[in-house]
Amino acid sequence: MGDKRFMKGNEAIAEAAVRGGCRFFAGYPITPQNEIPEYLSWRLPEVGGAFVQGESEVASINMVYGAAAMGTRALTSSSGPGISLKAEGISYLAAAALPAVIVNISRGGPGLGSIQPAQSDYLQATKALGHGGFHAMVLAPNSAQEAADLVYDAWEYAERDRNPVLVLMDGCLGNIMEEVELPPMKELHDEDLPEWSLTRRNGRDWQGNITPIYTELILEGLNAMAGEMYKAWEEDDVKVEEFMLDDAEYVVVAYGIASRVSKEAILKLREEGVKIGMIRPITLFPFPKKSIRNLDFTKVKGIFDIEMTVPAQMREDIELQVMDRCPIYEYGRSGGCLLDDDGVYDAIAEIVKGEDA
Amino acid sequence: MAEYKRSQLLADSPSGYCPGCLHGLATKLIAEVIDELGQADNSLNVISVGCSALNILYWGGDFLSVAHGRAPAAATGIKRVNPERLVFAYQGDGDLAAIGLAEIMSAANRGENFTVIFANNQTYGMTGGQMAPTTLIGQKTTTTVYGRDPATTGYPLKMCELISTLEAPRFVARYALNSPKGVSDARKGIKKAFQMQLDGKGFTFIELLTNCPTNWKMTPLQTFDYMNSNTIPYFKPGVYKDTEANG
Repeated sequence: MGDKRFMKGNEAIAEAAVRGGCRFFAGYPITPQNEIPEYLSWRLPEVGGAFVQGESEVASINMVYGAAAMGTRALTSSSGPGISLKAEGISYLAAAALPAVIVNISRGGPGLGSIQPAQSDYLQATKALGHGGFHAMVLAPNSAQEAADLVYDAWEYAERDRNPVLVLMDGCLGNIMEEVELPPMKELHDEDLPEWSLTRRNGRDWQGNITPIYTELILEGLNAMAGEMYKAWEEDDVKVEEFMLDDAEYVVVAYGIASRVSKEAILKLREEGVKIGMIRPITLFPFPKKSIRNLDFTKVKGIFDIEMTVPAQMREDIELQVMDRCPIYEYGRSGGCLLDDDGVYDAIAEIVKGEDA
Repeated sequence: MAEYKRSQLLADSPSGYCPGCLHGLATKLIAEVIDELGQADNSLNVISVGCSALNILYWGGDFLSVAHGRAPAAATGIKRVNPERLVFAYQGDGDLAAIGLAEIMSAANRGENFTVIFANNQTYGMTGGQMAPTTLIGQKTTTTVYGRDPATTGYPLKMCELISTLEAPRFVARYALNSPKGVSDARKGIKKAFQMQLDGKGFTFIELLTNCPTNWKMTPLQTFDYMNSNTIPYFKPGVYKDTEANG
């Protein structure tokens, strides 16, 4: 029997993390993600884990760095302003080849921006999560259930790749309550700790060391290896939902909350006879390039980039696959103003019906 | 008779620290104390940024190299999930008292059960001798070419004094490494701090007054004299807090 609960997206992330083997969390309060540290502050000690409320996001990501070096599955969460502060530490995780999971429950930006939900951190998440030209795998759920499922397995990717994984979800999905079927608790044992972890010197005759600094030839080699890893992700790890694409003349590209709202608009347009579907990236990096590149552009008349941010940030990734084979339109709300299905419907209908008229 | 030999925690390579620099001595003291405590296999060195980062090359035991100023945060993560390991951070003055001020004060205030060893040489050695938070008033650096002026740069931070005002720390002490007695006292202080950590007592802090012949533009012996007449009168050696002292 499944373990079904009615919970907030943020709580689903926290519980799924514990069940996925997370035993360390450090973070600093910031809206709209506070349910994650609040939940883990009591939940982690129940399973023998540790929770630290850090003095800053900077300190928190470095606490995660320390715990990760010991082979412990470690988590931090924040929102845009705090993710910027963690950028240094995330870059160091990538440099030191340490697995960890970072959750961004995003809000309006730039700057302090607003505390209301927005999808304004796409570019930061996918292009430059820190200095030095590295990438993290970016997972973008669109429900509490999917958030739980993706977080539950996030350390499997992080440990396989020895690289941080980012979960990007807006504050709306973090705070809505939905039914979630929780996965079972993963049983982790000391003997499962990664070989490279700094836990056990006793009985080991080699020096354990982990460093984010290298001599230049070694660093160049590591940079090249990272490049190969990103290519492998594109082959093996793309997650995407394709919705009503078979006969589609119009295609919405949307992730996270924007995909939920867009789906309502799409269903309404379908009722009116408009042949429209959706590509929903679940991994933002690796981006589902093939889903867009391989569309039948003899049929597709237009692409709609729907995001809860203005201007749209995913557009360039879409353009690179569309290659001028059809127009790309964008619609969004921003600053903490929410997308709604009427707004998305109107934006699409104006183009679609205008063209067909 | 005790055998005097090179610690297994020091890599089998010559030190590349500048001639007369006390970082090498400080590193050796730490290694020897860990050996004496039988903790070589259990120790974990959290290596910070600055000349202290050169320990990546010279430290033969387990280490984690971390971001500038963040060693107490990383050590917190390590110790919370691996409480049995002997964990210490070795940080310079720019690392600890400027960019890492929040991390050191907060870790000390939480009473994290690890040891921070603070090498205070009053300059940014690695980057070429800029003003540090501990640079003395009037001391010339590449960013205070007429000498440190408190009107625009404030005063040298006294970290032992600051940390000893907190409730949680258990042992806070400063030693000067420019004399045999200072070295001997420092060795005892480091050993006491590590033993307290092994006993689960809580946060311990050791400040070591060191030098920088290259950036002070002095001979090694001149740096020792400078320390006697300038550094030590301002940064007074001594035990600032010891919760084990009377009980």
